[in-house]
Amino acid sequence: MSIWIEILVSVLLLIGGFFVLVGSIGLCRLPDIYTRLHAPTKATTVGMGAILIASMVMMSVEEGHLSVHELLITLFLLITAPITAHMLAKTALHHENRALKRTQSQQLMSNAREQLPPDANRSHE
Amino acid sequence: MLNTAIMIVSSVLCIALVLNLWRLLRGPDLSDRILALDTMYINSIALILLYGMHMGTNLYFEGALLIAMLGFVSTVALCKYLLRGDIIE
Amino acid sequence: MSLSKWLPMPLHSLLLFIVWLLLNNTVAPGHLVLGAFLALTIPLLCAPLKTRQPKVLRPLLALRYIFRVLGDIVVANVEVAILVLGPMRKLQPAFVAVPLDLSGDLPITLLASTVSLTPGTVSAEVSEDRKWLYIHALHMTDEQGLIATVKSRYEAPLKEIFGC
Repeated sequence: MSIWIEILVSVLLLIGGFFVLVGSIGLCRLPDIYTRLHAPTKATTVGMGAILIASMVMMSVEEGHLSVHELLITLFLLITAPITAHMLAKTALHHENRALKRTQSQQLMSNAREQLPPDANRSHE
Repeated sequence: MLNTAIMIVSSVLCIALVLNLWRLLRGPDLSDRILALDTMYINSIALILLYGMHMGTNLYFEGALLIAMLGFVSTVALCKYLLRGDIIE
Repeated sequence: MSLSKWLPMPLHSLLLFIVWLLLNNTVAPGHLVLGAFLALTIPLLCAPLKTRQPKVLRPLLALRYIFRVLGDIVVANVEVAILVLGPMRKLQPAFVAVPLDLSGDLPITLLASTVSLTPGTVSAEVSEDRKWLYIHALHMTDEQGLIATVKSRYEAPLKEIFGC
Protein backbone atom coordinates (compact mmCIF):
# COMPACT_ATOMS: atom_id res chain seq x y z
CA MET A 1 0.00 0.00 0.00
CA SER A 2 1.46 3.36 -0.96
CA ILE A 3 2.10 6.01 1.65
CA TRP A 4 -0.47 8.41 0.15
CA ILE A 5 -3.30 5.94 0.47
CA GLU A 6 -2.27 5.19 4.04
CA ILE A 7 -2.36 8.91 4.86
CA LEU A 8 -5.76 9.30 3.17
CA VAL A 9 -7.25 6.36 5.07
CA SER A 10 -5.77 7.50 8.39
CA VAL A 11 -7.07 11.06 7.97
CA LEU A 12 -10.55 9.79 7.07
CA LEU A 13 -10.53 7.49 10.10
CA LEU A 14 -9.48 10.30 12.43
CA ILE A 15 -12.18 12.63 11.06
CA GLY A 16 -14.74 9.86 11.54
CA GLY A 17 -13.61 9.13 15.06
CA PHE A 18 -13.73 12.83 15.93
CA PHE A 19 -17.33 13.23 14.77
CA VAL A 20 -18.50 10.05 16.49
CA LEU A 21 -16.89 11.26 19.72
CA VAL A 22 -18.52 14.71 19.33
CA GLY A 23 -21.88 12.96 18.97
CA SER A 24 -21.40 11.09 22.22
CA ILE A 25 -20.09 14.15 24.06
CA GLY A 26 -23.19 15.99 22.87
CA LEU A 27 -25.35 13.15 24.14
CA CYS A 28 -23.84 13.64 27.59
CA ARG A 29 -23.50 17.41 27.72
CA LEU A 30 -26.64 18.83 26.16
CA PRO A 31 -29.31 19.87 28.65
CA ASP A 32 -32.62 18.37 27.47
CA ILE A 33 -33.91 15.54 25.28
CA TYR A 34 -34.83 17.76 22.32
CA THR A 35 -31.35 19.24 22.05
CA ARG A 36 -29.78 15.85 22.73
CA LEU A 37 -31.46 14.52 19.59
CA HIS A 38 -29.29 16.78 17.43
CA ALA A 39 -25.84 15.60 18.40
CA PRO A 40 -25.90 11.83 17.76
CA THR A 41 -28.12 11.83 14.69
CA LYS A 42 -26.07 14.48 12.91
CA ALA A 43 -22.59 13.68 14.10
CA THR A 44 -22.87 9.98 13.43
CA THR A 45 -23.91 10.35 9.78
CA VAL A 46 -20.68 12.12 8.82
CA GLY A 47 -18.58 10.18 11.34
CA MET A 48 -19.81 6.84 10.09
CA GLY A 49 -19.61 8.06 6.49
CA ALA A 50 -15.92 8.93 6.88
CA ILE A 51 -15.09 5.61 8.58
CA LEU A 52 -16.99 3.64 5.94
CA ILE A 53 -15.27 5.50 3.08
CA ALA A 54 -11.91 4.78 4.74
CA SER A 55 -12.82 1.08 4.95
CA MET A 56 -13.94 1.17 1.30
CA VAL A 57 -10.65 2.69 0.10
CA MET A 58 -8.56 0.30 2.14
CA MET A 59 -10.41 -2.84 1.12
CA SER A 60 -10.33 -1.80 -2.56
CA VAL A 61 -6.57 -1.36 -2.41
CA GLU A 62 -5.94 -4.55 -0.42
CA GLU A 63 -8.06 -6.80 -2.62
CA GLY A 64 -6.99 -5.18 -5.87
CA HIS A 65 -10.52 -4.56 -7.17
CA LEU A 66 -13.20 -2.02 -6.41
CA SER A 67 -15.01 -2.87 -3.17
CA VAL A 68 -18.01 -0.64 -2.69
CA HIS A 69 -20.36 -2.66 -0.53
CA GLU A 70 -19.76 -0.38 2.48
CA LEU A 71 -21.83 2.15 0.53
CA LEU A 72 -24.83 0.01 1.47
CA ILE A 73 -24.34 0.73 5.19
CA THR A 74 -23.70 4.44 4.48
CA LEU A 75 -26.91 4.74 2.48
CA PHE A 76 -28.86 2.76 5.06
CA LEU A 77 -27.66 5.01 7.89
CA LEU A 78 -28.38 8.16 5.86
CA ILE A 79 -31.94 7.01 5.21
CA THR A 80 -32.66 5.75 8.73
CA ALA A 81 -31.04 8.51 10.83
CA PRO A 82 -33.80 11.13 10.22
CA ILE A 83 -36.53 8.52 10.77
CA THR A 84 -35.06 7.53 14.13
CA ALA A 85 -34.72 11.20 15.11
CA HIS A 86 -38.32 11.88 14.10
CA MET A 87 -39.66 8.87 16.04
CA LEU A 88 -37.68 9.85 19.13
CA ALA A 89 -38.91 13.46 18.92
CA LYS A 90 -42.47 12.16 18.64
CA THR A 91 -41.95 9.91 21.66
CA ALA A 92 -40.48 12.75 23.71
CA LEU A 93 -43.40 15.03 22.80
CA HIS A 94 -45.88 12.29 23.59
CA HIS A 95 -44.34 11.70 27.02
CA GLU A 96 -44.58 15.45 27.68
CA ASN A 97 -40.87 15.66 28.37
CA ARG A 98 -40.02 19.13 29.55
CA ALA A 99 -37.97 21.28 27.23
CA LEU A 100 -35.24 23.55 28.50
CA LYS A 101 -36.70 26.65 30.17
CA ARG A 102 -35.27 29.14 27.70
CA THR A 103 -36.57 27.23 24.66
CA GLN A 104 -38.44 29.71 22.47
CA SER A 105 -42.12 29.23 21.51
CA GLN A 106 -42.80 26.37 23.90
CA GLN A 107 -46.54 26.90 23.42
CA LEU A 108 -46.14 25.05 20.09
CA MET A 109 -45.32 21.83 21.91
CA SER A 110 -48.85 21.07 23.05
CA ASN A 111 -50.27 21.67 19.57
CA ALA A 112 -47.53 19.55 18.03
CA ARG A 113 -48.36 16.71 20.40
CA GLU A 114 -51.97 16.74 19.24
CA GLN A 115 -50.92 17.15 15.60
CA LEU A 116 -52.93 20.36 15.37
CA PRO A 117 -52.02 23.48 13.38
CA PRO A 118 -50.21 26.06 15.57
CA ASP A 119 -53.11 28.55 15.51
CA ALA A 120 -55.79 26.03 16.54
CA ASN A 121 -57.20 26.19 20.03
CA ARG A 122 -57.25 22.84 21.74
CA SER A 123 -60.91 21.93 21.85
CA HIS A 124 -61.00 19.92 25.05
CA GLU A 125 -59.65 22.70 27.22
CA MET B 1 0.94 4.45 10.54
CA LEU B 2 -2.36 2.94 9.55
CA ASN B 3 -2.27 0.58 12.50
CA THR B 4 -1.64 3.49 14.86
CA ALA B 5 -4.60 5.37 13.36
CA ILE B 6 -6.83 2.32 13.75
CA MET B 7 -5.78 1.93 17.39
CA ILE B 8 -6.37 5.63 18.15
CA VAL B 9 -9.81 5.61 16.53
CA SER B 10 -10.74 2.37 18.31
CA SER B 11 -9.94 3.89 21.69
CA VAL B 12 -11.86 7.05 20.74
CA LEU B 13 -14.85 4.88 19.88
CA CYS B 14 -14.56 3.05 23.20
CA ILE B 15 -14.63 6.39 25.04
CA ALA B 16 -17.72 7.32 23.00
CA LEU B 17 -19.36 4.01 23.95
CA VAL B 18 -18.67 4.64 27.65
CA LEU B 19 -20.22 8.13 27.35
CA ASN B 20 -23.29 6.59 25.71
CA LEU B 21 -23.47 3.99 28.46
CA TRP B 22 -23.46 6.75 31.05
CA ARG B 23 -26.44 8.39 29.35
CA LEU B 24 -28.15 5.00 29.03
CA LEU B 25 -27.86 4.35 32.77
CA ARG B 26 -28.56 7.89 33.91
CA GLY B 27 -31.63 8.43 31.81
CA PRO B 28 -33.74 10.84 33.04
CA ASP B 29 -36.42 9.58 30.66
CA LEU B 30 -37.10 6.54 28.52
CA SER B 31 -36.57 8.43 25.27
CA ASP B 32 -33.07 9.42 26.47
CA ARG B 33 -32.28 5.78 27.05
CA ILE B 34 -33.51 4.77 23.60
CA LEU B 35 -31.44 7.54 22.03
CA ALA B 36 -28.36 6.34 23.91
CA LEU B 37 -28.97 2.76 22.80
CA ASP B 38 -29.40 3.92 19.21
CA THR B 39 -26.10 5.79 19.33
CA MET B 40 -24.42 2.79 20.93
CA TYR B 41 -25.28 0.43 18.12
CA ILE B 42 -24.12 2.93 15.49
CA ASN B 43 -20.80 3.24 17.31
CA SER B 44 -20.48 -0.52 17.58
CA ILE B 45 -20.89 -0.79 13.78
CA ALA B 46 -17.89 1.52 13.47
CA LEU B 47 -15.93 -0.59 15.96
CA ILE B 48 -16.69 -3.82 14.07
CA LEU B 49 -15.62 -2.25 10.77
CA LEU B 50 -12.38 -1.05 12.37
CA TYR B 51 -11.71 -4.56 13.63
CA GLY B 52 -12.30 -5.86 10.12
CA MET B 53 -9.82 -3.31 8.76
CA HIS B 54 -7.32 -4.29 11.43
CA MET B 55 -7.57 -7.97 10.48
CA GLY B 56 -7.66 -7.10 6.77
CA THR B 57 -10.77 -9.14 6.01
CA ASN B 58 -14.19 -8.38 4.60
CA LEU B 59 -15.91 -10.97 6.78
CA TYR B 60 -17.22 -8.52 9.35
CA PHE B 61 -19.19 -6.50 6.82
CA GLU B 62 -22.26 -8.74 7.07
CA GLY B 63 -22.24 -8.47 10.84
CA ALA B 64 -22.09 -4.68 10.64
CA LEU B 65 -24.97 -4.61 8.14
CA LEU B 66 -27.08 -6.88 10.35
CA ILE B 67 -26.47 -4.69 13.40
CA ALA B 68 -27.42 -1.60 11.36
CA MET B 69 -30.72 -3.15 10.28
CA LEU B 70 -31.67 -4.76 13.61
CA GLY B 71 -30.71 -1.61 15.51
CA PHE B 72 -32.91 0.58 13.35
CA VAL B 73 -35.87 -1.78 13.55
CA SER B 74 -35.56 -2.17 17.31
CA THR B 75 -35.31 1.59 17.87
CA VAL B 76 -38.43 2.18 15.81
CA ALA B 77 -40.24 -0.69 17.55
CA LEU B 78 -39.37 0.69 20.99
CA CYS B 79 -40.51 4.20 20.00
CA LYS B 80 -43.71 2.81 18.56
CA TYR B 81 -44.35 0.85 21.75
CA LEU B 82 -43.89 3.99 23.86
CA LEU B 83 -46.09 6.01 21.51
CA ARG B 84 -49.02 3.60 21.15
CA GLY B 85 -48.56 0.86 23.74
CA ASP B 86 -48.52 -1.57 20.82
CA ILE B 87 -46.03 -2.34 18.07
CA ILE B 88 -48.20 -3.85 15.35
CA GLU B 89 -51.65 -2.33 15.31
CA MET C 1 -48.55 -8.44 -22.68
CA SER C 2 -47.83 -4.88 -21.75
CA LEU C 3 -44.54 -3.81 -20.22
CA SER C 4 -46.17 -2.41 -17.09
CA LYS C 5 -47.65 -5.81 -16.28
CA TRP C 6 -44.29 -7.57 -16.22
CA LEU C 7 -42.34 -4.64 -14.82
CA PRO C 8 -44.71 -2.99 -12.34
CA MET C 9 -42.07 -1.03 -10.42
CA PRO C 10 -39.08 -0.26 -12.68
CA LEU C 11 -37.26 1.94 -10.13
CA HIS C 12 -37.65 -0.63 -7.38
CA SER C 13 -36.36 -3.34 -9.71
CA LEU C 14 -33.26 -1.28 -10.48
CA LEU C 15 -32.73 -0.62 -6.77
CA LEU C 16 -33.07 -4.32 -5.88
CA PHE C 17 -30.60 -5.24 -8.63
CA ILE C 18 -28.02 -2.71 -7.39
CA VAL C 19 -28.48 -3.71 -3.74
CA TRP C 20 -28.02 -7.38 -4.64
CA LEU C 21 -24.76 -6.64 -6.47
CA LEU C 22 -23.55 -4.44 -3.59
CA LEU C 23 -24.40 -7.11 -1.01
CA ASN C 24 -22.31 -9.67 -2.87
CA ASN C 25 -19.72 -7.07 -3.86
CA THR C 26 -19.27 -8.56 -7.32
CA VAL C 27 -20.24 -8.21 -10.98
CA ALA C 28 -19.78 -11.90 -11.81
CA PRO C 29 -22.17 -13.12 -14.53
CA GLY C 30 -23.88 -15.61 -12.20
CA HIS C 31 -24.81 -12.87 -9.75
CA LEU C 32 -25.92 -10.62 -12.61
CA VAL C 33 -28.42 -13.29 -13.69
CA LEU C 34 -29.57 -14.10 -10.13
CA GLY C 35 -29.89 -10.38 -9.31
CA ALA C 36 -31.91 -9.76 -12.47
CA PHE C 37 -34.17 -12.71 -11.63
CA LEU C 38 -34.80 -11.39 -8.10
CA ALA C 39 -35.25 -7.84 -9.37
CA LEU C 40 -37.95 -9.05 -11.76
CA THR C 41 -39.84 -11.47 -9.49
CA ILE C 42 -39.93 -9.61 -6.15
CA PRO C 43 -41.73 -6.54 -7.62
CA LEU C 44 -44.20 -8.90 -9.34
CA LEU C 45 -45.07 -10.41 -5.96
CA CYS C 46 -45.18 -7.04 -4.21
CA ALA C 47 -47.05 -5.08 -6.90
CA PRO C 48 -50.48 -5.39 -5.19
CA LEU C 49 -49.06 -3.66 -2.10
CA LYS C 50 -48.07 -0.57 -4.06
CA THR C 51 -49.49 2.79 -3.03
CA ARG C 52 -49.60 5.56 -5.60
CA GLN C 53 -46.84 8.13 -5.19
CA PRO C 54 -46.25 11.30 -7.18
CA LYS C 55 -43.81 10.82 -10.05
CA VAL C 56 -40.40 12.47 -10.20
CA LEU C 57 -40.85 14.98 -13.00
CA ARG C 58 -37.40 16.54 -13.02
CA PRO C 59 -34.75 13.82 -12.45
CA LEU C 60 -31.80 16.17 -13.11
CA LEU C 61 -33.04 18.62 -10.51
CA ALA C 62 -33.50 15.71 -8.10
CA LEU C 63 -29.85 14.76 -8.60
CA ARG C 64 -28.76 18.34 -7.91
CA TYR C 65 -30.97 18.39 -4.82
CA ILE C 66 -29.28 15.23 -3.50
CA PHE C 67 -25.80 16.75 -3.91
CA ARG C 68 -26.90 19.99 -2.29
CA VAL C 69 -28.26 18.06 0.72
CA LEU C 70 -25.05 16.01 0.97
CA GLY C 71 -23.03 19.24 1.02
CA ASP C 72 -25.35 20.72 3.65
CA ILE C 73 -24.97 17.61 5.82
CA VAL C 74 -21.21 18.19 6.05
CA VAL C 75 -21.73 21.88 6.88
CA ALA C 76 -24.42 20.91 9.42
CA ASN C 77 -22.06 18.53 11.16
CA VAL C 78 -19.32 21.09 11.54
CA GLU C 79 -21.83 23.64 12.88
CA VAL C 80 -23.36 21.18 15.34
CA ALA C 81 -19.87 20.05 16.46
CA ILE C 82 -18.91 23.66 17.24
CA LEU C 83 -22.20 24.22 19.14
CA VAL C 84 -21.84 20.98 21.10
CA LEU C 85 -18.25 21.66 22.13
CA GLY C 86 -18.98 25.34 22.91
CA PRO C 87 -20.53 26.73 26.09
CA MET C 88 -24.01 25.37 26.89
CA ARG C 89 -25.27 28.65 28.34
CA LYS C 90 -25.21 30.34 24.93
CA LEU C 91 -27.56 27.83 23.27
CA GLN C 92 -30.95 29.17 22.23
CA PRO C 93 -33.10 26.16 21.35
CA ALA C 94 -36.53 26.80 19.86
CA PHE C 95 -39.63 25.19 18.41
CA VAL C 96 -40.74 26.52 15.03
CA ALA C 97 -43.85 25.80 12.98
CA VAL C 98 -43.17 25.89 9.24
CA PRO C 99 -46.20 26.22 6.94
CA LEU C 100 -46.08 23.59 4.14
CA ASP C 101 -47.02 24.20 0.53
CA LEU C 102 -46.23 20.63 -0.49
CA SER C 103 -48.89 17.98 -0.80
CA GLY C 104 -48.58 14.21 -0.75
CA ASP C 105 -46.92 11.98 1.80
CA LEU C 106 -43.70 11.22 -0.08
CA PRO C 107 -42.64 14.86 -0.67
CA ILE C 108 -43.45 15.79 2.94
CA THR C 109 -41.48 12.80 4.22
CA LEU C 110 -38.52 13.81 2.06
CA LEU C 111 -38.71 17.40 3.32
CA ALA C 112 -38.90 16.26 6.95
CA SER C 113 -35.92 13.93 6.47
CA THR C 114 -33.90 16.68 4.79
CA VAL C 115 -34.70 19.08 7.61
CA SER C 116 -33.56 16.47 10.13
CA LEU C 117 -30.28 15.93 8.33
CA THR C 118 -29.35 19.59 7.79
CA PRO C 119 -28.06 22.46 9.99
CA GLY C 120 -29.19 22.33 13.60
CA THR C 121 -32.81 21.31 12.98
CA VAL C 122 -34.84 18.16 13.69
CA SER C 123 -38.38 17.72 12.43
CA ALA C 124 -40.55 16.73 15.38
CA GLU C 125 -44.10 16.39 14.11
CA VAL C 126 -46.40 17.02 11.16
CA SER C 127 -49.88 18.37 11.79
CA GLU C 128 -52.75 16.07 10.92
CA ASP C 129 -53.94 18.21 8.03
CA ARG C 130 -50.40 18.05 6.54
CA LYS C 131 -50.11 21.85 6.47
CA TRP C 132 -47.57 22.48 9.24
CA LEU C 133 -44.20 20.98 10.06
CA TYR C 134 -42.95 21.36 13.63
CA ILE C 135 -39.18 21.78 13.86
CA HIS C 136 -36.88 21.87 16.85
CA ALA C 137 -33.82 24.04 16.28
CA LEU C 138 -30.68 23.68 18.35
CA HIS C 139 -29.68 27.31 18.11
CA MET C 140 -32.03 29.87 16.59
CA THR C 141 -31.49 33.59 16.43
CA ASP C 142 -33.85 34.50 13.58
CA GLU C 143 -37.17 32.65 13.33
CA GLN C 144 -38.36 34.16 10.05
CA GLY C 145 -34.94 33.60 8.52
CA LEU C 146 -35.02 29.90 9.43
CA ILE C 147 -38.51 29.43 7.98
CA ALA C 148 -37.49 31.28 4.81
CA THR C 149 -34.36 29.12 4.44
CA VAL C 150 -36.31 25.88 4.80
CA LYS C 151 -38.93 27.04 2.34
CA SER C 152 -36.63 28.42 -0.35
CA ARG C 153 -33.71 26.01 -0.07
CA TYR C 154 -35.49 22.67 0.37
CA GLU C 155 -39.21 23.02 -0.18
CA ALA C 156 -39.14 24.94 -3.46
CA PRO C 157 -36.89 22.40 -5.29
CA LEU C 158 -38.99 19.48 -3.96
CA LYS C 159 -42.12 21.22 -5.20
CA GLU C 160 -40.55 21.56 -8.63
CA ILE C 161 -39.25 17.96 -8.67
CA PHE C 162 -42.64 16.43 -7.88
CA GLY C 163 -44.71 19.14 -9.53
CA CYS C 164 -47.21 19.45 -6.71
